Amino acid sequence: MDLTLKIWRQKNSSAKGKFETYKVNDVSPDSSFFEMLDTLNQQIIETGNDPVAFDHDCREGICGTCSLYINGRPHGPKRGITTCQLHMRSFKTGDTIVIEPWRAKPFPIVKDLLVDRSALDLIIQAGGYVSVNTGGIPDANSIPVQKQKADLAMDAASCIGCGACVAACANASAMLFVGAKVSQLALLPQGKVEAADRVEKMVAMMDMLGFGNCSNTYACEAECPKEVKVTNIARMNRWFIRSKVGAEKPEAATYD
Amino acid sequence: MSTLFKYSSITKKIIMGAFGLFLALFLLVHLTINLLLLSGDGGKMFSAASEFMTTNVLIKIFEYVLFGGFFIHILFGVIVTLKNWASRPVGYYTSNKSHTSFFSKYMFHTGVIIFIFLLLHFMHFFFIKTGWVQPPAGIEKHDFYGLAVALFTHKIYSLIYIAFFVFLGFHLNHSIQSGFQTLGLNHNKYNSAIKIVSLVYSVIVAGGFSLIPLYFMFIF
Ligand code: FES
Repeated sequence: MDLTLKIWRQKNSSAKGKFETYKVNDVSPDSSFFEMLDTLNQQIIETGNDPVAFDHDCREGICGTCSLYINGRPHGPKRGITTCQLHMRSFKTGDTIVIEPWRAKPFPIVKDLLVDRSALDLIIQAGGYVSVNTGGIPDANSIPVQKQKADLAMDAASCIGCGACVAACANASAMLFVGAKVSQLALLPQGKVEAADRVEKMVAMMDMLGFGNCSNTYACEAECPKEVKVTNIARMNRWFIRSKVGAEKPEAATYD
Repeated sequence: MSTLFKYSSITKKIIMGAFGLFLALFLLVHLTINLLLLSGDGGKMFSAASEFMTTNVLIKIFEYVLFGGFFIHILFGVIVTLKNWASRPVGYYTSNKSHTSFFSKYMFHTGVIIFIFLLLHFMHFFFIKTGWVQPPAGIEKHDFYGLAVALFTHKIYSLIYIAFFVFLGFHLNHSIQSGFQTLGLNHNKYNSAIKIVSLVYSVIVAGGFSLIPLYFMFIF
């Protein structure tokens, strides 16, 4: 298949970017989107120019490194997959494909299609963990967990932190991401202890970094490659309310 | 003012949502009274109800609560929206093609339209009651029935009112289920029921209010 690509090119974070148009011919419909981009980059390199920078790592939909806003949708036109799992059979010969970096104030562009998503790591660092003392490995069945809750926690934990929710959201809100991270821990007994404290800290960090406010358009759920549900946002809101009205929060340890 | 911006995102959303649900509930009370206009008794029941609504002390206190509700809902709506706009300073070239609920994307826009309508509505009724606006010739300022008849027999105003109720319906359609989600009152089992309630409620309110100008245009 023959394609026209309209790709955002930007030298570095402070440069003014613009779209460049490229042609790639004889693309196999069975090749992946990234293989197609690799072909393009080979062409560009052969002409002595700078190849298009884009993020990717595992290329099998598990690491959350790939991004790309393809024809108006994060991770392209297919539901429930990452860009690295997208294949060229989802397009037709003669198509023009517009590829943009993810746009959000907390995701500055590093180069071309590559954005810095460390804001999501900062949110995790603010509280997305369980504080435990290290020691021997506890027995797997020492704390009983309800099956439904374990399933819900697992669903929330399937978030790979790619940021598609932010990219899709009209408000560049990270609430699906934070909702998933808050939920996966709050649903389990080990994580529940710190849930109220955690939600406050993570939400405060999310706000500070400049993410927007969810207006319940649910574009995030529609675009999440792992199909994380917006019910996680409601759960985060519930925990947030509880953190404000009386939930016990762990106090800083005192040694006296 | 700047402290309002400092509230956490979820706090702002909860305040906006809770007051929004309160206002939505009030619309039902307002609609019930307005529908008395259709009773065909020359406005007896409607006048009795408006007399009660304008003289009862508790209702007078409630009036302030209501204005406060409007003020806070609008204020937080604006604050949240400004922050949202600032969160994506450089937009996309291709407009978003994600599958989303249509009305949810235009809450601010429909909100602005409703606000303009609210001002118009106050010019026609509330400001006349307070004496800030002169009533139409020959109508006494407490005669709400007379005001309603004078207004709705005017075709242009009737059409404007109906158009605004359509936008109010759009706003409500998203807002009720959205309010539940924001307040965390959400469960897989009831989510579809909440969505249906949201739709039915918006149709009842927008349709119910539209009946009144329609009645005066075609039946009265
Ligand atoms: S590259 Fe790892 S998920 Fe796409």
